Amino acid sequence: MTVESSNQKTGIVAALRVPTAETCKDRLAASGQWLLGHLLPPLVVLASLLALWEILCSLPGAMLPAPSQVVRETWDLIVMPFYDFGGNDVGMGWQVLASLERVAYGYSLAVLVGVSLGVLIGKSTWAMRGLDPIFQVLRTVPPLAWLPISLAAFQSSNPSAIFVIFITAIWPIIINTSVGIRNIPDDYQNVARVLRLNPYENFTRIMLPSAAPYIFSGLRIGIGLSWLAIVAAEMLIGGVGIGFFIWDAWNASMLSDIVLALIYVGLVGYLLDQVVGFIGRRVTRGTSA
Amino acid sequence: MNDRYLIIDNVNKIFQSKKTATHVLDSVSLTVKRGEYISIIGHSGCGKSTLLNAISGLTTATDGYVILDGKEVNTPGPDRALVFQNHSLLPWLSVYENVALAVNKVFGARKSAKERDEWILHNLEMVGMSHALTRLPAEISGGMKQRVGIARALAMQPKLLLLDEPFGALDALTRAHLQEEVMRIQSDLNNTVLMITHDVDEAVLLSDRIVMMTNGPKATIGEVLDINLERPRNRIELASDPQYNEYRRAVLRFLHEKQQKVAPLPKAGSKTMSTQEEAKERAG
Repeated sequence: MTVESSNQKTGIVAALRVPTAETCKDRLAASGQWLLGHLLPPLVVLASLLALWEILCSLPGAMLPAPSQVVRETWDLIVMPFYDFGGNDVGMGWQVLASLERVAYGYSLAVLVGVSLGVLIGKSTWAMRGLDPIFQVLRTVPPLAWLPISLAAFQSSNPSAIFVIFITAIWPIIINTSVGIRNIPDDYQNVARVLRLNPYENFTRIMLPSAAPYIFSGLRIGIGLSWLAIVAAEMLIGGVGIGFFIWDAWNASMLSDIVLALIYVGLVGYLLDQVVGFIGRRVTRGTSA
Repeated sequence: MNDRYLIIDNVNKIFQSKKTATHVLDSVSLTVKRGEYISIIGHSGCGKSTLLNAISGLTTATDGYVILDGKEVNTPGPDRALVFQNHSLLPWLSVYENVALAVNKVFGARKSAKERDEWILHNLEMVGMSHALTRLPAEISGGMKQRVGIARALAMQPKLLLLDEPFGALDALTRAHLQEEVMRIQSDLNNTVLMITHDVDEAVLLSDRIVMMTNGPKATIGEVLDINLERPRNRIELASDPQYNEYRRAVLRFLHEKQQKVAPLPKAGSKTMSTQEEAKERAG
């Protein structure tokens, strides 16, 4: 470790003293190589897949649009993501934002309730014995199966969709949090006992940070499930939202729109996952190492 | 009072499980002077850690009591700071923050923020860790972690410092280095220290008295050896000191003749023995 860093230091010093064209070239070459190694493979695969898709869908009798046709037919949607012609006729950006808003409400609620319940189950053996069997059954219920009952309860589509997000995302959060709380090493608890931390200090200074890696893996699974559920739920409840957009496009036989929407759904889902992963890495710095 | 600073009186510990009761400690009694450095040595599973935990309050004795500075102890507290074998630093806190957690809790009401900050820095400087204040435990070596653990314990200004095999997980060179540091710090602060160890050399080098424990179950104090060696002690000079070697022999004789290990040891209530420890013991 120390040897390595001292080597690095001397390396930097040398580079500063002699900023020759040679070293610059070397660096350019190195970063170029990195880009080549990491960008080239996905680009090649993507290009081949698009080519295959193009060929297959250009054959006579093909049912689905080829990529070139998708781009041609959805060009307006691609270049104008934020148009608003009133009603449901809004750009893809608005559709995605409407879905994201529902996810934000449902997911935030799930985080609050899920972490609290997870801590309770992790701390209390009685709570675990009482709640765990029920949770184990409920968590296997598919998200959309909750929709009719929540529509009946809320009598309105938006809260129902939010509830579906909530009930979908909460299980992994509860389960991971409780496992994290139960797995707090005795050593950390001994430190808390020697220092005589009060229950609040123990919770915020020891328990939460110690369980954070588990909690965040639950949060990450949860956000993925939320996004899966919202697209499905919106297909049924209508209004604005990327899920309903897909359903609407299907009814209007605009297959190219559906393809574009799927790309949006995939990219946004990926981004959500990355954001939660990034926050998790920042918050749990050092803990998981 | 100072001669009877720590009194361990007739401490028994019985671990009760559904079917069996394991009598780990049997009538352990010991009196420690203020400022004394005591090592407790014995075979694995003899209940050394149980004794230390009973003194720290992390476990309660089934019978008997522990009195420190005139007060009975039965719950853990910062007046008996522990240094754990596995350092037990909180991995999400930096070196500074780990010590700060203890200092702020113990001195939060009595010292100003500035005084506390100085006190934290002072203790980290004492163990030679000033250069790594913002590092996380995962980013420093095992020896450094143990230094921070010692700084955290010292920073609580404990009446009694409890060291649970503090150097057990370190390589021989790092261990020797840290032993020197502990001797230096001890000569400045003159703490009352109770240290568990497996290492005969370490015990003779550091201690004023060595407490040798018999094998469990029903472990108790077998012999107590006074170490009358001049301080400061130097390990290289001591290596050829006949008195030092006589002490070593006395401890080795106790461990390997009088308390020959009878395998297998009962597992309940004692730490499970790692193969490393086993090997070390066989080698003596």
